[in-house]
Amino acid sequence: MEVAQQVRWVRIHPLWVRITHWLNVLAVVIMVTSGWRIYNASPLFSFEFPSSLTLGGWLGGALQWHFAAMWLLAANGLVYLASGVASGRFRQKLWPITPGAVLADMRAALKGRLAHDDLAVYNAAQRAAYATLILALIVLVLSGLAVWKPVQLQELAGLMGGYEGARVVHFAAMTLMVVIVIVHVVMVALVPRTLPTMITGRIRSGS
Amino acid sequence: MKKIITPGEGLSQYGKREIESTERRLFLRQGLSLGALALLSGCNVTEQEDVGKMLHVMSGWNDRAQALLFDPAKLAAEYPESAITKPFPFNAFYDEDEVPEIDTADYRLELAGLIRDRKPWTLPELYALPQVSQVTRLICVEGWSAIGKWSGTPLRTFLERVGADTTARYVGFKCEDDYYTSIDMATALHPQTLMAFRFADQILPAKYGFPMRLRIPTKLGFKNPKHIRAIFVTNEYPGGYWEDQGYNWFSGS
Repeated sequence: MEVAQQVRWVRIHPLWVRITHWLNVLAVVIMVTSGWRIYNASPLFSFEFPSSLTLGGWLGGALQWHFAAMWLLAANGLVYLASGVASGRFRQKLWPITPGAVLADMRAALKGRLAHDDLAVYNAAQRAAYATLILALIVLVLSGLAVWKPVQLQELAGLMGGYEGARVVHFAAMTLMVVIVIVHVVMVALVPRTLPTMITGRIRSGS
Repeated sequence: MKKIITPGEGLSQYGKREIESTERRLFLRQGLSLGALALLSGCNVTEQEDVGKMLHVMSGWNDRAQALLFDPAKLAAEYPESAITKPFPFNAFYDEDEVPEIDTADYRLELAGLIRDRKPWTLPELYALPQVSQVTRLICVEGWSAIGKWSGTPLRTFLERVGADTTARYVGFKCEDDYYTSIDMATALHPQTLMAFRFADQILPAKYGFPMRLRIPTKLGFKNPKHIRAIFVTNEYPGGYWEDQGYNWFSGS
């Protein structure tokens, strides 16, 4: 009992991080599964996504989900980016990212020796992965806008080679995001105490 | 003086209430999927209806957002003829061998609703209207796109000539293949919105919508009806063949 009373809890994820994280999970799951159904209506490449992994039932249903959840994704993303910049969290948690440190961490990760003992500090591989994920989501939203409005937003679409180019950019950014998310979820499975921390925001001090 | 006329007899079989109830049924039946059910596992029928309603409300919200985003002066890109897609894809809700055959001599374009001069138009009369050409990209709701050359009369020119109430909200189209759709007045008056009579410098072939199709480079392909036999102007939401099944109504590009 005395030991338990001495345990100190430290908050490492503020409330805005946890709320935007889980809203983003919901938005991304809807966007990806409905997006795969939309892709299947006219595949860019010589494969389709399994119907069982898609949302919407048919193209029209998938488009309804996609164009509903895009508002959640964009609004939540803007709140996240504004809070991350204003609070200094991005600078504090994700910076610096040096290629040497990232490569060293990735080698260590592949050997199963990557340390993530202090959950309050991200290693270089994590910093690179989270920063890339944020960038991938920004590119996804921008290329999505270009595919949605290639005439009204033709200047934006032009940066990606027009409508057809924006489709390819949208697909590539989706692929990058999904790969990072899969690695992220595998890492959470390997270090399971990170999961409750993203809900409560707290870690035991010194743990 | 403006005279309010209900959207033409013969055009009124799609009553507003009927459209709404059809829309709802289709939403409930098709708006949800196994994927959605898996995501919302354990939900009952009432919750499914709620999800369908939520998606319907969001689609209406997206109509308003797109109307705000629509710039009546912004033109879709035009391409050189060398960029034209060959062969240009055929696409409809039926197979190519079911394309309607329309007799040139018997054809009349009917007008209805908030239009002053509702006399039917023959093809020679339509062909005598001022004609312009455009090489633009048609983007299908499915995702693919193709560049083609269409020639015809700006819809704006025609609507002004027949004395349409251009302050009305909608322009609706009824087609020989029982397709129907409708667009917002702002898009109807856009300079690139054409009543197209020709494709690739030839009389519009049957598979591309003989004798007249709408060509709107600022909207998705399914908002470009083919084989048009009636145009009406109205303030009552007319819906559309695909729109009533769940495609977003505005569907601007």
